[in-house]
Amino acid sequence: MSNETTLIFQHSRPGRSATAQAPKPVSEDQLSAIPASLRRKNKPGLPEVGELEVVRHYTNLSTKNFAIDKQFYPLGSCTMKYNPRGANRAAMLPGFLNRHPLAPASHSQGYLACMYELQNFLKEVTGMKGVSLAPMAGAQGEFAGVAMIRAYHEARGDDARTEILIPEAAHGTNPATAVMCGYKVREVPVGKNGDVDLEALKEACGPQTAGLMMTNPSTCGVFERQIEAISKAVHDAGGLLYYDGANLNAILGKVRPGDMGFDVIHMNLHKTFATPHGGGGPGAGPVGVSQRLLDYLPTPMAGQDSESGDYHWIDTDTLPTSIGHLSAFMGNAGVLLRAYFYAMVLGREGMIRVGEYSTLAANYLLKRLEAIGCQAAYPERRASHEFILTFAKQAKDNHVTALDIAKRLLDYNQHAPTIYFPLLVPECFLIEPTETETKEAMDDFIDAMAKILEEANTNPETVTEAPFTQPVRRLDEVKAAKELDLVWSEA
Amino acid sequence: MPYIPHTPDDVQAMLQAIGADSIEALFDEIPAHLKAGHGLDALPEGRGEMEVTRLMAERAEQDRFALSFLGGGAYAHHIPAAVWEIATRGEFYTAYTPYQAEASQGTLQVIYEYQTLIARLTGMDVSNASVYDGASGLAEAVLMSLRANRKSKSRKVLVPDALNPRYRSACDAIVRNQDVELVSVPFCADAGQTLVDGLKEHEGQDFAALVISQPNYFGSLEDVDALTDWAHANGQLVIAVVNPTSLAILTPPGEWGADGEGADIVVGEGQPLGIPLSSGGPYFGFMACTQKHVRQMPGRIIGRTIDLEGKQGFTLTLQAREQHIRRSKATSNICTNQGLAMTAATIYTSLLGPDGLASVAGHCHANTQKLADKLTAIDGVERAFTAPVFHEVALTLPQDADSVLARLAEKDILGGLSLAKDYGMKNAILVNSTEVHTEGDLDLFAQALKEVLA
Repeated sequence: MSNETTLIFQHSRPGRSATAQAPKPVSEDQLSAIPASLRRKNKPGLPEVGELEVVRHYTNLSTKNFAIDKQFYPLGSCTMKYNPRGANRAAMLPGFLNRHPLAPASHSQGYLACMYELQNFLKEVTGMKGVSLAPMAGAQGEFAGVAMIRAYHEARGDDARTEILIPEAAHGTNPATAVMCGYKVREVPVGKNGDVDLEALKEACGPQTAGLMMTNPSTCGVFERQIEAISKAVHDAGGLLYYDGANLNAILGKVRPGDMGFDVIHMNLHKTFATPHGGGGPGAGPVGVSQRLLDYLPTPMAGQDSESGDYHWIDTDTLPTSIGHLSAFMGNAGVLLRAYFYAMVLGREGMIRVGEYSTLAANYLLKRLEAIGCQAAYPERRASHEFILTFAKQAKDNHVTALDIAKRLLDYNQHAPTIYFPLLVPECFLIEPTETETKEAMDDFIDAMAKILEEANTNPETVTEAPFTQPVRRLDEVKAAKELDLVWSEA
Repeated sequence: MPYIPHTPDDVQAMLQAIGADSIEALFDEIPAHLKAGHGLDALPEGRGEMEVTRLMAERAEQDRFALSFLGGGAYAHHIPAAVWEIATRGEFYTAYTPYQAEASQGTLQVIYEYQTLIARLTGMDVSNASVYDGASGLAEAVLMSLRANRKSKSRKVLVPDALNPRYRSACDAIVRNQDVELVSVPFCADAGQTLVDGLKEHEGQDFAALVISQPNYFGSLEDVDALTDWAHANGQLVIAVVNPTSLAILTPPGEWGADGEGADIVVGEGQPLGIPLSSGGPYFGFMACTQKHVRQMPGRIIGRTIDLEGKQGFTLTLQAREQHIRRSKATSNICTNQGLAMTAATIYTSLLGPDGLASVAGHCHANTQKLADKLTAIDGVERAFTAPVFHEVALTLPQDADSVLARLAEKDILGGLSLAKDYGMKNAILVNSTEVHTEGDLDLFAQALKEVLA
């Protein structure tokens, strides 16, 4: 691991440059058409460094990251599965990389064919009637979904629907999305067994209900068993059902959201379809819809002429009821190509295996962790592809929190699971091993957890003060927020 | 089993530990009639990496090579080999959002450097860690201006017609759900610029902000100082939409206005900074603002701080703005952003440096001027507008633009974008040139256009 802490700006020396990368300077004459009043007076303070320094600096920085390529990364709800290198190579083929987004269809048949097939693939695997690949991330997929629900109600003149129902365990993006779409949020309680409180939901449904947003399996890591009753309650009230695809990995090939009665779903291809997270993005959040929302799908989409077999774009000129474009062009094309590669390699039987083996891994890990003394939040339930542990006892008895245990895991070269989510379980871990990890990798994690639980009893400081082996110790987040330092300055 | 490592023995051992007879038994909480009885019949069978790579290589080849002069918000530039070799290192490529700061110092420091680069290019105080793209970034900026402009009660924002129409439509699709209205500002039909004259009818009315695009969709350079001062004099914030390459030679938005008061919020498409055209994405939107408004900015922000031993470190900060903490009261629903593209842009910008980026910008401008000269030497081809341009120029042709472009495409030349649909300018096209074009490329285009028009 590198101890590079110098900023690229601190490597800068006036007059130094990566000479091979810039074209020769143009003369002032060649810029004379630009009025002097619009010209920059001082050159921007970008680093002046050589090519090797840049390569070395960023290579060294990269080594200060945990990554799937290096470590077990059991972040619940994030589906940190292996990101196939082959998908990256295929998406980086020059023909794909150099295609301008506004190139005519005559020069885009290969790309359009991939997108058309991916749309169909996602339609079949989710049981929906139409798919648009346009949204650029899960949250934008959610936005598209709720905007379609709104467009549907508005088109019917049903404009008294002002509320979106959301189970209290939901991801933060759900309520934030509902607000971005102009709705009020009403939270629905979740029962002690992890299922939605059905009676409370029925009471909350009414003529003001535009729809319900939920994940299934839920963020409690269990399958919502009353899904059909929930679906009926919301539909009877005239609302629509939104499926947050964050946990689609758990049921891929096993149950289809379309068959559960959902009207609209988004998928996170950077989770379920193995595209990389890239340190925070990019993702892709395609949306699928039932028959009644087909007219509102975001554009553009790929279409095929049934006679000639040629591909074309479907845009707002042919689908004027669409909620429109969500980006300048057509979303994160390069991510979609990686997902296409993954879908084609896995195929039908591979899709079914994803749900099966991710569920097997999670249930194995849960049982083994319970055996070493971890407390499951829902011990009587099957795990889905993920599950929740609670360390409320350790917090009370030893003053060792879920955060402390998470930090100590880093010292054992294990990435921490998702912590303190969902909010309704105290001191919790949400753990998702995925189908691509070996049993040995999970066993190493279990061994690390056993040692940490032991340390929490015998030597709690090694846990509460962890990590000790990372490039930095625990950071002063209060200082970060109070004395904002967001931009480097030489002074 | 592709990407699944378990042996039959592993599976047995795991089932035994669980106390289940079969994998199927693990799905016993799902109502039986909901389970997929369909077997996903319409899906193809799985194939190996070799076969899928071959299929995709054929598809990529099928997208015929063409000499392209398309711009409209996405521009062809040389990308140094080092940029993506480093950005796709597994340590960057397969890391998650840096929520565990101690195990993510690489990504966090890159973002801090990126924020600094963007602040310096735009002349603003602070930057976030990226949004999806330029167009959706504008929507975020519009929503932010409603929160940030305390003097205004309006849910209206002035948006010039000369703004990229794709930005306008994406922005509208996003903000109209919150009853925000984008009010159109006309452009001068001779100059191809947005003039203060065109704003006069709105004097004294309440708007949250004015959007200023530099350059605008026609490539024209706007009188940004006059527009900025007008907006501020009328109690509006200024949202700048800018091209990052151009900022190496053009006045940064942070200094716009006669007194250099500057724009309040800046957004733009980051693609020109080392991101391949790639059919439109993944790109990234950059977003910067004045210190005063930082708490209204959406998206992730990284701060520099110290660890408990006093050593420098980086961490996510101001998270109380974000959806995972604030839920329905968050500034935006954005979660995943465009981290890897932002990483590539940081490497690109470091490699180019201030002089290199100025050279790229200079060549783009010079080549576009040269191209305009060569094309307007053809009978009946003229510049559509009189305003000076950066690296894109609108031309009128003696014939229907869509038909001319189709005939050029048959010769594998993508000769620009038609302005017919968006502006009703049936004979007008928008052409772009960058440093990637040689003199020979420009001549080829001119020759082909001459033949097509003959």
